[in-house]
Amino acid sequence: MHLAYPAVLSSLLFCTGVYGVLARRNAILVLMSVELMLNAVNLNLVAFDVWLSRAAEETLHSGQALTLFTIAIAAAEIGIGLAIVLAVHRNRGTADIDKLRDTAEGPETERPDSSAAEKAEATA
Amino acid sequence: MTTTTLAVLVPLLPFLGAAAGLLLGRTAPGFVRPLAVLPPLAALVLAALVAVRQGGGQAITSHTELTPTGSVPIELALDIDGFAALVAVVVAFVATCVQIYSTGYLRDDPRYPSYAALVSLFTSAMLLVVYSGDLIVLLVGWEVMGICSYFLVGHYWETPEARAASLKAFLVTKLGDVPFLIGLFALGTDAGSFRITRVLGAVTSGGLDHPTVIALLLLAGVAGKSAQFPLHTWLPDAMAGPTPVSALIHAATMVAAGVYFIARLLPVFEASSAAMVVLAVMAAVTMAGSGVAALAQDDIKRVLAYSTIGQLGYMTGALAVGDRGAAVFHLMSHGAFKALLFLAAGVIIHAAGTNSLAAMSRMHGLRDRVPDAYWTMTVALLALAAIPPFSGFFSKESVLGAAEHAADGHTAHVPGVTGWIVLVAGLVTALLTAAYATRLWLLAFRGRGAEAPDHGRQPLTMTVVLWVLTIPSLAFGGFAYRSLPDWFDGRDLTPTLLTSILGTGLALVGGLLTYGAWQRTTALAARAPLGAVAAHPEGDAGLVEAEAIATHEPAYGDIAYAPDPADPGRLLLGPLHRHAAAGFHLDAVYTALFVRPVQAGASLVRFLDREVVDTYVRGAAALPRLLGAAVRRAQTGNVQTYVSALLAGTVVLAVAVLLVATGA
Repeated sequence: MHLAYPAVLSSLLFCTGVYGVLARRNAILVLMSVELMLNAVNLNLVAFDVWLSRAAEETLHSGQALTLFTIAIAAAEIGIGLAIVLAVHRNRGTADIDKLRDTAEGPETERPDSSAAEKAEATA
Repeated sequence: MTTTTLAVLVPLLPFLGAAAGLLLGRTAPGFVRPLAVLPPLAALVLAALVAVRQGGGQAITSHTELTPTGSVPIELALDIDGFAALVAVVVAFVATCVQIYSTGYLRDDPRYPSYAALVSLFTSAMLLVVYSGDLIVLLVGWEVMGICSYFLVGHYWETPEARAASLKAFLVTKLGDVPFLIGLFALGTDAGSFRITRVLGAVTSGGLDHPTVIALLLLAGVAGKSAQFPLHTWLPDAMAGPTPVSALIHAATMVAAGVYFIARLLPVFEASSAAMVVLAVMAAVTMAGSGVAALAQDDIKRVLAYSTIGQLGYMTGALAVGDRGAAVFHLMSHGAFKALLFLAAGVIIHAAGTNSLAAMSRMHGLRDRVPDAYWTMTVALLALAAIPPFSGFFSKESVLGAAEHAADGHTAHVPGVTGWIVLVAGLVTALLTAAYATRLWLLAFRGRGAEAPDHGRQPLTMTVVLWVLTIPSLAFGGFAYRSLPDWFDGRDLTPTLLTSILGTGLALVGGLLTYGAWQRTTALAARAPLGAVAAHPEGDAGLVEAEAIATHEPAYGDIAYAPDPADPGRLLLGPLHRHAAAGFHLDAVYTALFVRPVQAGASLVRFLDREVVDTYVRGAAALPRLLGAAVRRAQTGNVQTYVSALLAGTVVLAVAVLLVATGA
C-alpha cells in the first residue's frame, strides 16, 4: 500500500479534529475532536513505521510502540477531561464552552480582590 | 595577680555580669540578683586593691596593640594614676550600693533582669572610661554609657514622660558627642597618638597646633555628658527613670565622666586660656542658674537633679581655675552624698506615695514613717549645703579656695578673671544650695496636715544602703583632705579661712532665709489643699514612683511646677519663680531653635516625596498601564478563541519557516 493513502487519511482526520476543537460548542464534542487528532497522529506513526522498517535491516518498531503509549495516555486524558466536564455540568447546568468564560478580562480590572471573591462565590 | 590583671578585671567583671544577666535573665531568674550584686561588689574589692597598690605614686600603665589601625594607632591601654584609682573605687562603691538598693526597690518589677544587667553594663562602661589610657577606648565607654542611660531612663516606657526623657537624654548628649568625637580626632592628629600619656607629653612640649579649637570641641561633649549649661536640659527630665538609676547617673557614672575627662586632660585645656574662660563662664551660669531653678521645683527628684547640675558646676569651676585635685575631691564626696540623697528620696517617695513637695508639705509625720531616710537625708543635705564638718564642706571649700588662689593670679595658665568668675558664682551658689536644701528638708519632713499614710517598714536592703552611704557623707571629707593631695597633684586641699567663713556664712544665711520664708508661708498650706497620691501605695517602690511621675502633670498642670502658695521658694524668688520652675524656658528656646525647624524640614521633605517624586513615578507608569489594558482585551475567556489564535500563529510560523528554507 502506498504511503499516500494513510497520510491523506490521517491529515483529513486531523483537520476534522481541528475543526471540531475550534468550532464545536459542546465540551464533550471538543474532547472527541481531540481524540480524532490524536488518532490521526497514531495513524501516521504506524504508517511511517511500516514504511521505514521496510528498508531497514533490523528495527525496533518504535513508531508502533509509541502509538501504544499515545493510546494509553489518550485514555487517561479523556477520563480526566470527561470527569471535569461532568463536574462543570453538575455545577453550572451546562457544558457549553461559550458560556464558560470565568477567566475573561472584565472591564473592572483594578480590583483583583473583588473578582477573587466573586470567583470563590461561583465555585462554592 | 599583677596589678594590671586586677585593673583589667575591674571593668570586665560588671561587663560579664551584664552579659550573663541579659542571657540568663529569663531562663534562670534565681541567678539574676546574685549576678546583679556580686560583679560590682567584686569590682569594688578589686578597685580598692588596685588603689592600695597604686598608692598615689607612679601611674600604672600598660598597653597592647591588637591590630595596626593606620596612621594614628589605637591601643588597649591602661593608665591608672591617683585620680583613676580613687574615682574607680567611688564608681564601684556607688554602683554596688545602687544594685543592692535596686533589689528592694524594684523587687516586683517584671523587667528587673534587664534593668540590673544594664546597670552593670553602665558601671562597666564608666570603669572603662576611668581606667582607659587610650582616648578611643575611653570613647567606647563614653558612648556605651550614653546608650545605657537611654535604656535606663526609659525604664518605665509605658509612661510618655519616660519615653520623651530617654530620647531627650540620648539626643542632647549626642549633640555634644559629635563635636567631642571631632575634637578627639583633632587632638589625636595634632598629638600623633591617642594615648593620654603621649597627648599630655605633646602638650607640655607645645606640640598642639590648635589648642583652642580642640578644647572647645571637647568641651561640647563634656557639657552634654556632665549636664552643663546649655546642654543640661536632659538631666532634670531624666528623673522619669527609676530613682536608683538617677542615683547612679548623678553620683558615679555619666555626669562624672565629663568632669573626670577634663581632669585627665586638663593640660590640653590649660593650653588655651580662651577655653578656660569659656569653662569658667559655663560653670558659673550652670551653678547659679541651677540653684535658682532648684529652689522652684516641686518634684523632689527634680530639686536633686538641679542640685547635681549645680555641684557639677562647682567641679567644672574647679577645673576652670586649674585645680583638678579639688574637682575630683568634690566629685568623690558629691558621689557619696548625692547617691544617698537620691536613694533616700526614693524611700520617701515610696512612703509618701507622691514625688511632689507640695503634697509632702501637707503630710504630718512623714519623718516618723521613714526614720532611716529622715536621718540619712538630713546628713546628706547638710553635706550638700557644705556645713562643717560634713564631707561636702571640705570639698566645696577646696574648690572655693582654688578659685580664690586663681583670682589672686597665683595659678599658672589660668587668667585671674576666671578665678573671680568661679569665686563669685560659687559663693552665690553656696547661698542658693543651702536655701534649696533647707526648703527640701522643711517641706518633706516638717509638713503639717493629714497623717502620712503608713505602708509598713521599708525593705532592709534599701535602708541598710542608706546608712552605709551616710558614713562617707559624714566623714570622707574631713578625713581625706589631708591625704588626698598625695594621690592628686600635690596641691593643698585644706580649706582656707576666708572662703570657709564666707561660704559657710552664706550657706547659713540661705538656710535661715528659707526658714524664715517657710515660717511665713507654712500657715497658707492649710488654706490651699493640694496633693495627689499614687493609686497603688502598697506596690513596690518602683511602681509607686512610676505612678507618682505619671500623675504629677495631670494633678498639678506641669511636670516641674505646682501652684502651691505655701512654698517658701515662691516667696524667696518672687516673680522669678514661674520661670525658674520651667528651667528658664530653655526647653522652649530649644523647641523654637531646633525642634520646629526640624519638623518644618521634615514636612517639606514629606511634601516633596509625596507630591513631586511620586508624581513622576505615577506618570512613568501610565503608558505601560494603558498598553496593558489594551492587551488585556484579548483575554475573552473563550478557550476556542485562544486555540484559534494558537493555530493561526503556528500556520504563520510554518509558512515563514518554509519561505526561509526555500530561500524565497
